[in-house]
Amino acid sequence: MVGLLFLLSLAVFFLFNLLPFDPARLTCGKVCTPQLLEQNRHRLGLDLPPWDQYLAFVRGIFFGRIYAPDQPFPIVCHAPCLGYSFLRHAEVTTLIARALPVTLWLTLGGFIVWITFGVVGGIVAALRRGRWQDRVLMTVALFGYSMPSFFIGLLLIFFVILQLQWLPFPSASAVQAGPFANPVKFFQTMILPWLVIAILNAAFYVRLTRNQVLETFGEDYVRTARAKGLPERTVVVKHALRAGLTPIVTAAGLDIAYLMGGAIITESIFSLPGMGSLSVNAVTNYDLPLITGVVLVAGIFIIAMNLIVDLLYGFLDPRVRIG
Amino acid sequence: MSTVHAAKGVSSGATEVPERPFLSVENLSVKFPTEDGLVQAVDGVSLTIEQGKTLAIVGESGSGKSVTAQAIMGLIDRRTARMSGQVWLDGQELMGLPMPDLQAIRGSQIAMIFQDPMSSLHPFYRIGDQIIEAIRVHRSVSKKQARKETIDMLRRVGIPAVERRVDDFPHQLSGGMRQRVMIAMALINSPRLLIADEPTTALDVTVQAQIMELIASIQDEFKITVILITHDLGVVADVADEVAVMYGGRVVERATTAALYLKPEMPYTLGLLSSIPRMDKEMDRLDPIPGNPPSPINLPKGCVFQPRCAYWERVPDDLCKTTRPELLATVPDHMVRCHLEPEVRREISASVLSVLSGGRS
Repeated sequence: MVGLLFLLSLAVFFLFNLLPFDPARLTCGKVCTPQLLEQNRHRLGLDLPPWDQYLAFVRGIFFGRIYAPDQPFPIVCHAPCLGYSFLRHAEVTTLIARALPVTLWLTLGGFIVWITFGVVGGIVAALRRGRWQDRVLMTVALFGYSMPSFFIGLLLIFFVILQLQWLPFPSASAVQAGPFANPVKFFQTMILPWLVIAILNAAFYVRLTRNQVLETFGEDYVRTARAKGLPERTVVVKHALRAGLTPIVTAAGLDIAYLMGGAIITESIFSLPGMGSLSVNAVTNYDLPLITGVVLVAGIFIIAMNLIVDLLYGFLDPRVRIG
Repeated sequence: MSTVHAAKGVSSGATEVPERPFLSVENLSVKFPTEDGLVQAVDGVSLTIEQGKTLAIVGESGSGKSVTAQAIMGLIDRRTARMSGQVWLDGQELMGLPMPDLQAIRGSQIAMIFQDPMSSLHPFYRIGDQIIEAIRVHRSVSKKQARKETIDMLRRVGIPAVERRVDDFPHQLSGGMRQRVMIAMALINSPRLLIADEPTTALDVTVQAQIMELIASIQDEFKITVILITHDLGVVADVADEVAVMYGGRVVERATTAALYLKPEMPYTLGLLSSIPRMDKEMDRLDPIPGNPPSPINLPKGCVFQPRCAYWERVPDDLCKTTRPELLATVPDHMVRCHLEPEVRREISASVLSVLSGGRS
C-alpha cells in the first residue's frame, strides 16, 4: 500500500516533470530575457537536479514547502503540498479541495442510481430470462452501454432543459455549495449528470448482475435453498445474488475510484467544476504542478478503493477471512 | 383434484380416488429440449412406496434417477423442461400444484439430501443459520427457539461440540460433517418423505458407512419413508426394502431387495451385480458391462439396453432391436422389462450368479 503510493508518486512526478515543456518559460511573460527565465527557473525550483526536485515535492507533501525562500516574495505552500500552480497562483491542494466535493457528489449520486437500476434490472432480467422483460432490458442495456456519454448528456440537455424546460440550467455554484445549502437547486443541477453516469454504468451492471445470478442459479446450494421450500425471491436475492456479489462489488469499487478521478466529459457538458474539469484545464494550459496533483489524487483513490474492495471481500465471503 | 384423471393401469373409481400407496409416481416423463435435440431424461417411470419403507433407485450416471428424484421434489424448472405424469404423496398430486403450494411442501413434507455436501451448503452463511432459515420458512417460531431446535438436531446427527460448531461456516467442516448438517437440515421439519440422492458418493469410504448408518437409524427413529438413490448396489442391500433399477430413463427391474439379489432377471441388473467387488470371494477380475449408457437424445428404437446386452440374439425376430419391451410382472412384486422368456432369463441369471458366488469350475 505505502510502497504502491511511493511508486505512484515517483511515476507521476517524473512522467510529467520530464516532459519537454518548460514551466519557467510559460510563466515568463511576453518580455522574456534569459535572465528572467533563469530567475523563474530558480523560483520554481527547476534549477535543481530532477532527483532533488522529487525530494522537495515529497517533502512538501508532508511538511509544506516554500518556493525560493531566498527571493523577496517567497511562495508558501502549506502542509499537504502537492505543488503550486503558477498559472492560477494557487496551491494545488486548494484547487483540488474545491473540485473534489463536486466530483464526490456526482459520483455518489450517480453510483446510487446506477447500482439500484443495474442490480434490480439484472435480477429481473435473470428471473425473466428469455422472455420479453429480459430482451427489453438487455437491448436497453446494450444501447446505454454503447452510447457515448457526451451524446446522452447533450440529448438530455436539449430535451429536458431546452425543449421541455423541466429543469433550469445547471448551477455550478449550487453544486460547490453542497446539497445542504440549497437542496432544490443542488438536485436540479445534479439530476441530469447523475442520469448520464447512471445510464452508462447501469447498462454494464444489468448485464453483470444478470450473468452472476444466472451462473449461481446452477449451483448446488441454490438447489438446496429451493429444496428447503424458500420462496423464489429469497432464493434469488439471499442465496443466488449473495453468492454472485463479489464481482459486482469489485467492479463497483473500481468504477467509483475511476469516477473520483473526474468524469471528464460529463463534468464538461454540465460545466460542473469537479476533478474532471480541473484536469482538462490543467492539461490544456500545461499546468504541470496541477496535472501532477490531480493525477496523484486520482491514483490514490484507485489504490484506496482497491484496498476497500479487498477488505469487503473478507466481509462478503467468510472463506477469505483470516483468523 | 377432480380434473386429474388416473394414469394408465390404475383403475379410476367413478367418484372416489382409488386408494394409493403413500408415494406413487405414475408414468413420469421429463424431457429437456436442447439445441442438439430432445433429451429424454425420464420416460414413463412409475414407482410406489408404502409409508415407512425404503425404496432404492439404482442405475448408472445418466440413467435418470436423479432427475426422477428432483421431479418428485418439484425441483425441475417447469419453464425449461417438459414434464408429464403424476406424483401422489399421501393423496395429494404434486406435479400440478401451483408454486407456492409446492414450496410449502418442500422442506416440510418432502426433504432431500444431495450428492455433494461440499457444494450443497451455501458457502457464505453459518450452518446454524441455514438450518434456522429452513425452520422459519415453514413454522413461525422465534429465532431463539429455532436455534435451540437446530442445536438439538445437529447433536442428534452426531456433530461434536455442537454449541461451537453451530456458528461455523461450511468450509470449516469436513465432508462427512457437512453431510450430517445436510441431513439435520432435511430432518428439521419432520418430513414424511426423505429423498437421499447419492448421499455418500462424494465422501470417503469410511465416512460412507457412518452416513448410511445414520440414515438408517434416523429412518427407524422418525418413521420416515426414504427414497435412496445410488449407483452402488452394495449400499442398497443393507437398507432398502425394495429396489428399482433404472436404465436409459426407464425402470427396467423392480423387486424386493431379497428377490433382486437372489433372483435378478434383467440382464442389466445381472451386469450391475457382476460389477460389485467382493471381499468374501476370490475373483480374478470384475466383469463390467461392456459399452456405455445410451445417449438420452438418440435412444435405441428397441430395448434401450440391447446394444450392451449379451443375450438379445436369443430373442426371435430381432425383437429387441425393433420393439420396446414393457415392464411386466414375472412373479408378484417382481417387474422386469425384457423380451427374453422368463424361463430363459432365470436360467441365465442362475448361471451368472453361480459364477459370481465362486463356482468357477
